[in-house]
Amino acid sequence: MGLNINSRYNKSPDFTKNVVIYTLLIALSFSMLLPILVLISTSVKNEKEALKSELDFIPEHPTLNNYSKVWQEVKMGRAFMNSLIVSLIIVLGQLVTCSMAAFAFARLKFPWRDKIFFCYIATMMIPAAVIMIPVFILTNSIPTFLNAAFSPGNKIFSVDLFFKGTFYLGRIAGINSYFALVSQGLFSAWGTFMLRQFFLSIPKDLEDAARLDGCGLWRIYRHVIIPLSKPALATLGIFVFMGAWKDFMWPLIVTTRQDIMTLPVVLQLLQGEISTDWEVLMAGMVIALLPTILIFMLGQRYFVKGIQMGALKG
Amino acid sequence: MRISLPNSKQIQWGAYLFLLPNLMGFLFFIFVPVLASFALSFFNWNYLTTPQFVGLTNFKTLLFHDPQFWKYVGNTVYLMGGIPINIGLSLVLAILLDKTGLKGKKFFRTIFFLPTAASGIAVYILWKWILNAQYGLFNIILSWFGIHGPDWLLDSNWSKPSLIIMGIWISMGGINFLLYLAALQNIPKHLYDAAEIDGAGSWKKFWNITWPLIRPTTFFIVIMSVIAGFQGGFAQAYVMTKGGPAGSTTTIDYYIFNNAYVNFKMGFASSISWTLFLIIFIFTLINWKLGKNGIEY
Repeated sequence: MGLNINSRYNKSPDFTKNVVIYTLLIALSFSMLLPILVLISTSVKNEKEALKSELDFIPEHPTLNNYSKVWQEVKMGRAFMNSLIVSLIIVLGQLVTCSMAAFAFARLKFPWRDKIFFCYIATMMIPAAVIMIPVFILTNSIPTFLNAAFSPGNKIFSVDLFFKGTFYLGRIAGINSYFALVSQGLFSAWGTFMLRQFFLSIPKDLEDAARLDGCGLWRIYRHVIIPLSKPALATLGIFVFMGAWKDFMWPLIVTTRQDIMTLPVVLQLLQGEISTDWEVLMAGMVIALLPTILIFMLGQRYFVKGIQMGALKG
Repeated sequence: MRISLPNSKQIQWGAYLFLLPNLMGFLFFIFVPVLASFALSFFNWNYLTTPQFVGLTNFKTLLFHDPQFWKYVGNTVYLMGGIPINIGLSLVLAILLDKTGLKGKKFFRTIFFLPTAASGIAVYILWKWILNAQYGLFNIILSWFGIHGPDWLLDSNWSKPSLIIMGIWISMGGINFLLYLAALQNIPKHLYDAAEIDGAGSWKKFWNITWPLIRPTTFFIVIMSVIAGFQGGFAQAYVMTKGGPAGSTTTIDYYIFNNAYVNFKMGFASSISWTLFLIIFIFTLINWKLGKNGIEY
């Protein structure tokens, strides 16, 4: 009897329900993937096939020419390296500066601690646009100040530098410098806030034990807090990498030479220049998308957890 | 026995060393710029001549003598019309995926999140292609049904809906969806069991159990979406439409960009950005007041 009720109550409605849900989920997945399929298939088409007004995903003459073309001729390789270097430096910078500051805010006692922390939180609400204008002005005027102070003769701080005469290295500071691309990303109020919340949840016992053993602040930070926070650091690293990799407005306003532009800026430049070679552009876009998608796939566990953790505490 | 811990009660001056790298960045790139931009909004400065103090003139011009500004505010709000659709669809997706016993949860979650993971300039260019009148996916599919699709991005009637559709594709399976998924997982199962015994159907269970219990998440998502919505729209419009046609996709953020980095009106641009901040601040307060009622933490 009980078995009968169960099967009436659970199994058969569940089965139809599951069929409906699966059908819906598959249909939705397909609509999510469709544009990406268009992208990938167009990137391996030749010019003629790319400009056909019909839907076909499998080209008759698939080719990787677009990839080699965009990598070499359009100097996408350089842009890719620029993006990679800039993003990695920013990730490293934030992991170090934010975790150190978060340690201080979460675990140490010092005058003005809560006031400074309040300033951090208060500024998180202010739009990026407000901050960017003065930072742009500051970035622009750093070389002028440095030249006046240290190099009035040859103005070394605003000269374009080359390696072996041809390889563009950028300027030391200001517009078209790696310094300008990374400097404002090396720390963040948000990252500090997130890590602080995490550090607060680490039991204090371990730290107290280390203290009794005579560990100084640095060793507690380095050998107790950091090893215990790997998931949080991974989450922050993934977030920051994705943000830095996709960042557009800032690299757009501080670069004017293609050699030092990051990938999004070069892609944008490209689509203005070669409005007809869509298939080449698509190859460039696939290259641009790969790293973030790869990072997301690899770090999905941390990423999802991080989003959910942040929200529940927020 | 009490163990007295060295250091734990006295001031730890070493803390400042830990704070220093981050605090320097914070001061130089956030704190001082915020103050500087506030001051700048009372000046006229074209970057070449000396700044000229003009008092509240920038704000007066912006609010009372600049029809463009209000048009762009309108555009921004119009584009934010995608927010409720987005939140609704995220919730539907999360509910579908939350059904217990469903295999491949992680697989679907990954696919749904892909557009968000990919989002950025490349995705905007891709959508420019998808919305292309001649070769684009949209009009190809529409033509199967005998519909001659519009020239989406080049038609000022369709440019904003196009961007909203793209926005839905990008973020319906994104962060909001993950937040809802987590919220749904936290609802105790016995509540549903109890309701089932009382004979409640799915619809009733949703409105009486699910919806009230995920309200804090909805509240959080609405606040964050509205904040992001007011500040958004620059990159997509810059890449896809250059703010056109006829300024129909220029948002407040784009207007700030044009004034600051194209026309070099640094003071005026700062005054727009502070106005934007005020708008965001007021709306967040309203959301807070409206949303707080009935939420128990």
